[in-house]
Amino acid sequence: MATESIKYLAPDADNKAKTQVFPRPGQHTTGLVDWLTTIDHKKIGLMYGLTALFFLIIGGIEALLIRSQLWDHNMAVLTNREYNQMFTMHGTTMVFLVIMPLSAAFFNFIMPLQIGARDVAFPRMNALSLWCFVGGGIILNLSWFFTGGSPAIGWFGYAPLTDTRFAEVIGDMGPDFWIFSLQILGVASLLASFNFITTIINMRAPGMTMMRLPVFTWMTLIVSFLIILAFPAITIALVELMFDRTYGTNFYDFLEGGKPHLWQHLFWIFGHPEVYILILPAMGIVSEVIPVFSRKPLFGYGLIVFSGAIIGFMGFAVWSHHMFTTGMGVVATSAFAMLTMLIAIPTGVKIFNWIGTMWGGRIRFDTPMLFALGFITMFMIGGFTGIMHSSVPIDAQHQDSYFVVAHFHYVLIGGALFGLFCGFYFWLPKLTGRMMSEKVGKFVFTLMFLGFNLTFFPMHYLGMIGQPRRTHTYNEGHGFETWNQIATVGAFILGVGIAIGVLQFINSFFNKKLKPAGKNPWDARTLEWTLSSPVKEYNFARTPIIKARDQAWENNYGPKENHSEKEPLDDHGVHMPDRSWWPLITALGLLGLAIGMLFHRTIDPSGELVRDYTYPIIAGAVAILGMIMWALEGPGGYHLFPKEDEE
Amino acid sequence: MSDASAHALEHHEPVTSTGIPNKKVLMWAFLGSDCMFFGTLISTHLIYRKISATVGGNFLDIRDVFDIELTSFSTFILLASSLFMALAVSAIHKGNLNSTRWMLFGTIIFGAIFLACQVYEFTHFIHAPGNELTLSTYRGEPHVFGSTFYVLTGTHGTHVAIGVFWLLGWLAYSFTGKMSTAHALDVEICGLYWHFVDIVWIIIFPVVYLMEYAL
Ligand code: HEM
Ligand SMILES: [Cu+2]
Repeated sequence: MATESIKYLAPDADNKAKTQVFPRPGQHTTGLVDWLTTIDHKKIGLMYGLTALFFLIIGGIEALLIRSQLWDHNMAVLTNREYNQMFTMHGTTMVFLVIMPLSAAFFNFIMPLQIGARDVAFPRMNALSLWCFVGGGIILNLSWFFTGGSPAIGWFGYAPLTDTRFAEVIGDMGPDFWIFSLQILGVASLLASFNFITTIINMRAPGMTMMRLPVFTWMTLIVSFLIILAFPAITIALVELMFDRTYGTNFYDFLEGGKPHLWQHLFWIFGHPEVYILILPAMGIVSEVIPVFSRKPLFGYGLIVFSGAIIGFMGFAVWSHHMFTTGMGVVATSAFAMLTMLIAIPTGVKIFNWIGTMWGGRIRFDTPMLFALGFITMFMIGGFTGIMHSSVPIDAQHQDSYFVVAHFHYVLIGGALFGLFCGFYFWLPKLTGRMMSEKVGKFVFTLMFLGFNLTFFPMHYLGMIGQPRRTHTYNEGHGFETWNQIATVGAFILGVGIAIGVLQFINSFFNKKLKPAGKNPWDARTLEWTLSSPVKEYNFARTPIIKARDQAWENNYGPKENHSEKEPLDDHGVHMPDRSWWPLITALGLLGLAIGMLFHRTIDPSGELVRDYTYPIIAGAVAILGMIMWALEGPGGYHLFPKEDEE
Repeated sequence: MSDASAHALEHHEPVTSTGIPNKKVLMWAFLGSDCMFFGTLISTHLIYRKISATVGGNFLDIRDVFDIELTSFSTFILLASSLFMALAVSAIHKGNLNSTRWMLFGTIIFGAIFLACQVYEFTHFIHAPGNELTLSTYRGEPHVFGSTFYVLTGTHGTHVAIGVFWLLGWLAYSFTGKMSTAHALDVEICGLYWHFVDIVWIIIFPVVYLMEYAL
């Protein structure tokens, strides 16, 4: 990315590393070492995105296996246990290894550009988040290869399915892998969120007031708060479960005084905010895309921001709608039903804002816009079914049926995934510097839209006529076959659509024949579109001084007083922090700690349980050492001297 | 952090939008999150507190196990350590290295006394003759109290231990000759953490210990 005008200036002589275990990679590092030690938010975002797309393929294959098993009554593609493993891994993968990291990819790549920052507040910590995410993904998928195979407990891991006493396979390690993987992924999400919160609160360019922040950045902030407040509940629940399984405590062991019900509460106290963690980033993306392709400013900016905040806040007060049939008592049940109905209001407000934005606009139907429209329509259907099962008696019918499966796929695929694909089609040109084919894009959209609705719309009906979810097969004579077959065909169409889309994204990185994007191919409104595509490593040669909300748009079309200005060039140059090995090494230490804890127990020949903590201790020491060296090495840095307009 | 990088930092510590240093915002965000960690643990304990699932019909009166005098003493020590911490922060702000050292040392010692009391308490409870309270049993029968009690107070103890090591790090650093008022912010953030861990104990002590004598 370096341009000729960039002089390399040796960092202050005394800043040169003293004796170091690993020499710190310098400014001109390239290749693998660059990727492993990078602290550039753009490269980290890219790695988040590519890894998540990889897991999307894995999770997709699992889904297609599930759908094949349900093609006809009493099929034998999968055994019942394999089926349970498949939906557990599918759910866990899609939630934690696909939608969340894809959102994180956009947070990383886009948010700093939108607020006029050169990077996030803590670049090395950002790298640690990335590597922890990769580590968590590895642990989860390693489970296939050890005793018992993958977990067969659902993505919700309900007790007492996780009780060692009820393991279908003696010494089943699946749930342990699941626990440790989620813990490491939790570390990744928490660190990333602390980082984003600090960045958005503290690193805005001059003039970028909170109420001028692009909506996507607002949603990043809200989601980060949701993560830091919701993840502790699951982390502690998992710690308790880990103690139950490893040290014999009785938290969820109903034979010894524990209450499986408590697990459900703790899981959903996390779980419901989690669904907003999954959807709000997509809402942010769509809120950026719709105004651009309607040639109008966003309708009701303040309302969209505040309804997002209210959704986030109320999201903590509705968790028990997942537990209506557990017998919580009339008062609790009614209260949660009422709050659940209420939360639909801010959601509806947003939908009306998007419609209001399009109203009277000059709409362009480019691929990003198609995905945004797909998002609105399908998310609405998912929202409607959500409101349906906020009613307690109706939910008693829906619970554990395919109707619920239809609901959450409409919000998760039709909502979150379509929103994220919308983001890819919109922002990938900024990342690669190349436009993608509209024809292929529209083809992908058509396949995904058709395939998705073919798969999941019939599930509403299947649920109504009584097909239970999480059940590996059904008998003849219920009339389930036809609709299941339609759903399976749809799933394969959806799969093909997603696969072509992913190939198209990857192609745009390498295919030099694609049209160059230029700074602002969509004539968009936010700050990232004032930069060249691909963005230079320092983002902004001079820090912009923000004068209005839709700054890029105002620069092109607004009155003179709304044009952004720039801070003068600093003769110190642009300070860039140095790359570092320590985030990767710390993450490896944590990965080793988790794996060490998974295998620290053995049974010796006499049948005694032996605990050996050597490996966890070594790995833990590596992690701690990594952190100490990290603190000692400091941010370091070098200076770049871009010319005035090189950005 | 090395001198050189501190120097680099001074040059480049960005003027933040709010005027609050980034590291401080980070610590506050973490503490907000940590509230939820302890909130979950304390709720678990309270929910299970009155559930006696003892198979042998032994009703658990935890007062037979607790040693409230010892815990009151260690509570006092932990709270007192906060004073040292505050003095250490004030000393480093004034650039008084010697006094910083002593105050850090005091905090560490008091933190360590608290931890020692906890270790003593745990071993004592586990082996209390006739009243053994382990992670999973009470008087040899399955019970939940030990599970919630040890995991909750153990998590708090882990926090204290991390704080002690962090402070030890600063104490060691103060002997390298590189420590100056430039590090006041870092010590202050360490202090934020330490005070927070104390405050959590101010909640745990009444809720887990004292309440057993009142209700
Ligand atoms: C209008 C807003 C919404 C309402 C009123 C709502 C309501 C509900 C209710 C009552 C359930 C429990 C159904 C049952 O198990 O019987 C449920 C399940 C679910 N919802 Fe929603 N929901 C809404 C939006 C969302 C969104 C935006 C997402 C995710 C992006 C989502 C994801 C889920 C998931 C994953 C489940 C199933 C969890 C499981 O049992 O595995 N929902 N929803
Ligand atoms: Cu919910």
